Amino acid sequence: MEKWENNKAWFLILPVFIIVAFSAIIPLMTVVNYSVQDIFGPGQRVFVGTEWFEEVLSDKRLHDALWRQFLFSGLVLLIEIPLGILIALMMPKRGWGVSVCLVTLALPLLIPWNVIGTIWIIFTRPDIGLLGAAINSFGVAFDHTAAPMDAWITLILMEVWHWTPLVTLLAYAGLRAIPEAYYQAAKIDGASAWATFRYIQLPKMRGVLTIAVLLRFMDSFLIYAEPFVLTGGGPGNSTTFLSIYLVKIAVGQFDLGPAAAFSLVYFLVVLLFSWLFYQALQNVGKGREG
Amino acid sequence: MAQIELNEIAHSYIANPKGPADYALKRIHHIWEDGGAYALLGPSGCGKTTLLNIISGLLTPSEGRVLYDGWEVTGLPPEKRNIAQVFQFPVLYDTMTVYDNLAFPLRNRKIAENEVDSRVLEVADILDLTPDLKKKAAGLTADAKQKISLGRGLVRSDVAAILFDEPLTVIDPHLKWHLRRKLKEIHDQLQLTLIYVTHDQVEAMTFADKVMVMFEGEIVQVGTPEELFENPNHTFVGYFIGSPGMNFLPCTLVGNVARVGGTSIILDDEVAALGRKAKGALELGIRPMYLEVHGRAVNGGIPVRIKAVEDQGTFKILTLTLEGQVVRARLPEDKAVPDDMAWVRFPPERTKLFADGRLVKRAG
Repeated sequence: MEKWENNKAWFLILPVFIIVAFSAIIPLMTVVNYSVQDIFGPGQRVFVGTEWFEEVLSDKRLHDALWRQFLFSGLVLLIEIPLGILIALMMPKRGWGVSVCLVTLALPLLIPWNVIGTIWIIFTRPDIGLLGAAINSFGVAFDHTAAPMDAWITLILMEVWHWTPLVTLLAYAGLRAIPEAYYQAAKIDGASAWATFRYIQLPKMRGVLTIAVLLRFMDSFLIYAEPFVLTGGGPGNSTTFLSIYLVKIAVGQFDLGPAAAFSLVYFLVVLLFSWLFYQALQNVGKGREG
Repeated sequence: MAQIELNEIAHSYIANPKGPADYALKRIHHIWEDGGAYALLGPSGCGKTTLLNIISGLLTPSEGRVLYDGWEVTGLPPEKRNIAQVFQFPVLYDTMTVYDNLAFPLRNRKIAENEVDSRVLEVADILDLTPDLKKKAAGLTADAKQKISLGRGLVRSDVAAILFDEPLTVIDPHLKWHLRRKLKEIHDQLQLTLIYVTHDQVEAMTFADKVMVMFEGEIVQVGTPEELFENPNHTFVGYFIGSPGMNFLPCTLVGNVARVGGTSIILDDEVAALGRKAKGALELGIRPMYLEVHGRAVNGGIPVRIKAVEDQGTFKILTLTLEGQVVRARLPEDKAVPDDMAWVRFPPERTKLFADGRLVKRAG
């Protein structure tokens, strides 16, 4: 067949290209456009090269927000992944309990994100909130609007409550996909519960856990709505994460150039770390081949 | 190594079984001798795997007792019994090397590392796995994986028996005979009790000294392959063993003559006498290879119409109609096949009589 004739195949995948172009490439190029120009208004634009990037990269407040972001994502992953697996392991395998557990777990995932922030504001209020008032009644001063530590604790608690169910659901799906024969063989081989987990369940869950880690990393690294509602980035700047700081620059100060440069750097950091996690998880347990 | 006894075992997957239909296993009472190679043969869903899981302890039977060398183990979990089981699909610990896979059952039992090492090397040698020991188990072929599953059973010096649950299902045909021969070798070498579940009669016949045929939750016959072929205890055994299976014709008895429709077939005197006393519907049974086919009328020959001839290479299968019923005959390849009509003879010594599905035979 002539190569040219075969090129008709391009028409079949053209719709995908168009959709991807409109959904990702064109908006992204707009950001690139902003990041290298100083735009005052229609027709008034100056090419500034890497100036915005230099400004953003040397911004002390951005550095602080970045480290805060890493700390937050790190804590979230360290708590949510093991906790999610643990809950999945404890869930019933069959019977009516399965649907009860699944529906209960899915509830936090169904609530709009800003509503979640509001729920937790009320829940942790030191005067009337169920949790806040309870803690304060024990004589421990707890107020997420005043103490940075309390704000972090509240945020992490909220994040864990909100997103651990996703990890649990993924892990549960992975566990259910393991054929019964593996458990039977483990029994015959005299494997302990820990050995069964370590050598059967964990390796078999690798695929779903890779997805869970990637999703939780990206989502927590991009978190905006909940801390915006709950703490607004405070007290002080103690919970000002990258996206909150970004919105302050873009919307608060209307510095679109630096904000665009910031967005691109932000995007590349997320991309880089997602790739690193993916590579690490794909290669785990595959080393020592030979 | 040990003798395994199932004492009045019955099992139902339903909590409160009402009738016999609720039982997956109806009543199994049998002793597996130490060092025997047994095959459990039967169609899918006849209770083979249930029986195997009861022996290994993965299932606790609803009724009856399991004994190893006279010791009751009915309530013990598999890890407390000295038993190994190989499953239909190879089970591997993917993240471990072949060596660690083989060492796993020993390490779980806290056996000293130098003994683990010597056992693993010995078993790897038997199974030709020595070159693969350092490789990851995940990347190997299906037959190598199944050998590792088998090796995890062999590696333990304390196993009473190794149970196989259709272990060659996922293996390529040309590797099947190789693995089957390996199993046979291992059995001769180590004198282990092996119980092998299969629905493939060729596999059962070549592997085992004793074949147990299961049908609807019961062991209908235990015997050597020859016994099963020559004297099937039950119409199911006759039908299931042999290719094609035994011919069965409903009949009535008049003296020592069996009447199939308007046709008379002379039976062995003793069989006929027992048959007259037997209760239930009578059926005549004969193996296709024992049915004599003649091209012209012979003494005692019954005229039949030839419907089809299948050439199977070393033999031919004739499909005949006798009194409106289909009968199959098996002829050697060099024997001429009559054109349209043929005359068949039922040799009395080869013609069996079944009452309600059970072989009519002398008691005891």
